[in-house]
Amino acid sequence: MSSITPQVDLTPEQRAALAETSPTGRAATSIKKKVTSPVASAVAVLLAVVWTIPTFGLLVSSFRPEKAIKTTGWWTFFGDPQMTLDNYRTVLSTTSQSGLGNFFVNSFVITIPSVIIPICLAALAAYAFAWIDFKGRDFLFVLVFALQIVPLQVALLPLLTMYVHAGIGGTFWTIWLSHSAFALPLAIFILHNFMKEIPKELIEAARVDGAGHVKIFFRIMLPLLTPALAAFGIFQFLWVWNDLLVALTFASDNSVKPLTKALADLSGTRGTAWHLLSAGAFISIIVPVVVFISLQRYFVRGLLAGGLKG
Amino acid sequence: MDISTKLLTMLLAILLFVAVVGLMLFIAGRTERRSASIVGYVFLFPSIIMVSVGLLYPAVRTTFQSFFDAAGKAFVGLDNYQTIFTSPDDLLVLRNTVLWVVVTPFVATAIGLLYAILVDGARGEAFAKALIFLPMAISMVAASIIWKFVYEFRPDQPGVRQIGLLNQVVVWLGGSPQQWIVNSPWNTFFLIVVMIWIQAGFAMTILSAAIKAIPEDIIEAARLDGVNALGMFRFVTLPSIRPSVIVVLTTIGIGTLKVFDVVRTMTGGNFSTNVVANEFYSQSFRASNEGLGSALAVLLFILVVPIVVYNIRQLRASESR
Repeated sequence: MSSITPQVDLTPEQRAALAETSPTGRAATSIKKKVTSPVASAVAVLLAVVWTIPTFGLLVSSFRPEKAIKTTGWWTFFGDPQMTLDNYRTVLSTTSQSGLGNFFVNSFVITIPSVIIPICLAALAAYAFAWIDFKGRDFLFVLVFALQIVPLQVALLPLLTMYVHAGIGGTFWTIWLSHSAFALPLAIFILHNFMKEIPKELIEAARVDGAGHVKIFFRIMLPLLTPALAAFGIFQFLWVWNDLLVALTFASDNSVKPLTKALADLSGTRGTAWHLLSAGAFISIIVPVVVFISLQRYFVRGLLAGGLKG
Repeated sequence: MDISTKLLTMLLAILLFVAVVGLMLFIAGRTERRSASIVGYVFLFPSIIMVSVGLLYPAVRTTFQSFFDAAGKAFVGLDNYQTIFTSPDDLLVLRNTVLWVVVTPFVATAIGLLYAILVDGARGEAFAKALIFLPMAISMVAASIIWKFVYEFRPDQPGVRQIGLLNQVVVWLGGSPQQWIVNSPWNTFFLIVVMIWIQAGFAMTILSAAIKAIPEDIIEAARLDGVNALGMFRFVTLPSIRPSVIVVLTTIGIGTLKVFDVVRTMTGGNFSTNVVANEFYSQSFRASNEGLGSALAVLLFILVVPIVVYNIRQLRASESR
């Protein structure tokens, strides 16, 4: 059974993208090695430098003293290296006025349930769509599929009103519920396509043995689902972690607002506080970068599947 | 709220939904003997409720509200839509959005494709690609802060030194520093650069994979025919990866249409840089103009649909190959 590794429903070029990130794929491509001209190499290096320098400049700045950042360019650092961790100390503080520590915690508190809740619900729904016969199945599936493309802007205002009426305005619940609802269509779609590729014989054999849907769901589906869960989980984690719009709409209160909103606010009110902005930006960047580097393979897969999400 | 309370609430929320799933499984297990199709409805129940209440109903409600006035009380017909297409402010918003959607996908795709070809098979390819791809992983807020620092302006006075890289380069070249994100109309292009910076990695990843998927024998045959590098690109590479190029263009186009974070963080929509998604936010939540805000949200939806339909049809076409 462990030899069965169903794929998320992908186009040929998407499949190739996955193959390319695997070790065997890379070995195969090295056969194609071409002679590259010096001009081509120069252009490639130039592009890479242009793409990296802005981030590098802010990174260097985040380690410079406030006064140095505000009076001289970051490139002068290499002639006159003054280093400090004060910016990070200020920014990570959970007590000081300009500290972002609490918002860093909020980002985690917001993100973790917003990933787990849709996964739980979508796993059930996807199984129903993939393997159970019932009236109206195709209609409901098309509906859920179509909802993927609804820009979440159309849902925000009425949702805000509903939350206030329900008495949960300004709490974490508003953000968790919103992100979960917005993520469900994509989650169901990804998991459904994945489950659909599990061989029919496997399910039928289990049913002949007298196993019900509940048992099949737990015994056969869940263990096989890991790659799909990882692909969706990482996509959703980064989506929620990096989100600004939902946070701006619902997380008005300081006690619930995430890092992205705190940074956007800081940039708006103290746009020249570069010692805080630089360190703050890197605190927020470090999490997705670690996720990206450690789980690159699933990351690309999730990104491809989620390209149309609202 | 202190940290332990937050974590506890978080745990509670997760447990609640795990319990919901448990309950559904329990009910399903009980009813399964009688009818297998009931299990289907039971499994779907929580998702359908969430999607209906959290997405479907609000979307219908917003569409409805877009025909009402600012307070959401009086029916005004198509007035809000008329405002969008006639008021000078909103016409500027539309113009900017068109600029974003036309420029970003093409430039980002061109750069992504160029880079994919240049590093294809080169030593350190994986690392070179990661450099371009990383902006895709970080938040647009962080990306905007990174670029705002590049564009930072200090007045051109003796004794004052530039701290923004772009202005320093201009000064080194003998020019005078500019307020890149203030001076209209070029400031919109400087914001678009940020989106291109973010999206080029996406284009590069997909197109690089498509290039690697081109069958070896086609390349070999072309080489034997003595096709040069440019001809190879024109007659072999480009036709082979055409479906991927279209998918990339449309996907970036959809993302750009809804661009909000970059404009909001860099200019707040000031200095004539406003776009539809930001104007939606301002009208809905700052100006309390519920009607106009709703109309802008509906407009976004209407604009997205044709691109998505085209995208899906392209995906289908490339699948059936």
